[in-house]
Amino acid sequence: MDFWISQVFNGISYGALLFLLAGGLTLIFGMMRIINLTHGSYFLLGGYVGLTVIWRTGSFPLAILVGAVAIAVLGVVQWRLFLHRLAGEELGQVLTTVGFALIFQDLALVIWGGEPYTIPAPAALTGAFNTGTLYFPVYRVFMIGVAAVVAVVLWFVLERTRVGAMMRATVDDAEMAGGVGIDVRRISMGVFALGALLAAGAGVVGGAFVGVYPGADFEILPYAFVVVIVGGMGSLRGALIGSLLVGLLDNFGKALFPEFSYFTLFAPMAAILAIRPTGLFGRA
Amino acid sequence: MSGPAPANRLVVPVVVLAVLLAAPPFLSSYVLTLLTQSLIYAIVAMSLDLLLGYLGLPSLGHAAYLGVGAYSVGILTSRYGAGFGTVLPVGVGLALILAAVFGLLALRATGVYFLMITLALGMVAWGLAYRWVSLTQGDNGISGLPRPDVPLPWSLAGAIPFYYFALAGFLLALGVLWLIVHSPFGMSLVGVRESETRMRTLGYHVWLHKYLGFVISGGVAGFGGVLWAYYNGFVGPTDLDLSTSVEVLLMVALGGRATLLGPALGAGIIVFLKNLVSVYTQRWLLILGAAYIGTIVYAPEGIVGAVRRLSEATEPAPARPEA
Repeated sequence: MDFWISQVFNGISYGALLFLLAGGLTLIFGMMRIINLTHGSYFLLGGYVGLTVIWRTGSFPLAILVGAVAIAVLGVVQWRLFLHRLAGEELGQVLTTVGFALIFQDLALVIWGGEPYTIPAPAALTGAFNTGTLYFPVYRVFMIGVAAVVAVVLWFVLERTRVGAMMRATVDDAEMAGGVGIDVRRISMGVFALGALLAAGAGVVGGAFVGVYPGADFEILPYAFVVVIVGGMGSLRGALIGSLLVGLLDNFGKALFPEFSYFTLFAPMAAILAIRPTGLFGRA
Repeated sequence: MSGPAPANRLVVPVVVLAVLLAAPPFLSSYVLTLLTQSLIYAIVAMSLDLLLGYLGLPSLGHAAYLGVGAYSVGILTSRYGAGFGTVLPVGVGLALILAAVFGLLALRATGVYFLMITLALGMVAWGLAYRWVSLTQGDNGISGLPRPDVPLPWSLAGAIPFYYFALAGFLLALGVLWLIVHSPFGMSLVGVRESETRMRTLGYHVWLHKYLGFVISGGVAGFGGVLWAYYNGFVGPTDLDLSTSVEVLLMVALGGRATLLGPALGAGIIVFLKNLVSVYTQRWLLILGAAYIGTIVYAPEGIVGAVRRLSEATEPAPARPEA
């Protein structure tokens, strides 16, 4: 029983990290139909920038803030200069964003070197809650809390504010949204910035958990994609459920069937897609 | 589909073939190695061209078929000492089977969703290669694979004989694909790419065309994978990871979609670029990344496409349908 409880807890906490990464990705997908393979790089670069901030100032909150904002700016520049022209050209999007991912990977190697780092978590977030035989690391609880807050804020903004209504309108039908006077370009740019911001923030938060190292970008990217695909592109609820599902599948896969752990992750996704090509909550 | 006159169009390929046949004695062994790599990757790139160029289906998981072919060599020769005569049909057969299964799933989706589902399926294959250690030896891969034992008077252990072997494989794949795309079936693939609705109205079985194209494409890629493992003497999970799939996409886009020889050229350029640049600078990832972006920004229709457009602009040739 303890095994199951702790594995479920581990799965949920990893799912929380994935939600931070994939929440923005799904909005970008849903709104602009842009396949952004640079999203994993935002995660890694956010972690690196956060690392530098921690080294300089020692402040964890500042690291999250600076890392997230810096990478959001980078994402907007990339979008303004290249990506927004490639609407509807999937192949062009894939190749361009992979190109950026490779360039960012190399630049990160130049700036931060090839050694793996871990972002030091503040003392308040280290240690664990002990309940008899069970053991819950505080940092994992913190990640779940951050994801919950972000989910609630995103939900509130999307469902209860004017900007959110504009965003939903753009997801549903960008042309009609433009027709009724919504500045689709600006909304799109904002969503792209938000996606990069969340991914980079996740990079800082995750940097204290999975570490910051060359290759982390392409390692986490498929997970984010799985979440988005399973949940359905553009659906925040889908991203939330998808994250939990992927976190749990990944954890139980690795614990129970180590030889087939990636198979247990990707095969259910392929099965879901075969039944519902648009994902659980997606619309075509 | 009319470009320059057929005789004109043959001049360049024939000259290139003559050079490829005559060149080996004059090349350094390093360049010969890269040329061999290019020929094998050209097979994989051309197979993807059938899917991407002629059918308009961008697959992000094409390395899976390459991987199945390559692992067939690795597992069958290292465990069972199987010879080329066994490995080749098994490798290509397994790639066909894999494509037949993946095709059933992937062809339910189009556009972005097709890309995503092929990415996922490619990751399934990669995940098995990486984690199914008892079969694949995981991250270490399977090394020490012998060169193929073909009933020829000379051994394929040397660089030059193996080069000719790869060239023969390349020409075989090119021939098969050329016949397919110029057959009525191939023409109807282009028809499906241009308008599924129109083809359906005309009475074509659209899904079946896409499915057959998908399966054939996977089989040819598996053939390339078999040669790749024999060439490398090694097979590992990196042979079928996402970056390999994307690299093959780049080869096709760079060379020019729906031209077969374009993607082959693209394969050569990328193989040489990757290897030569890394000799001169450590920043080859940066340059490879720039190549990705540059292709889309400056040559969205690829090298062959750009050359054709230029030659059509200078001489009054009949209009070619937009790719």
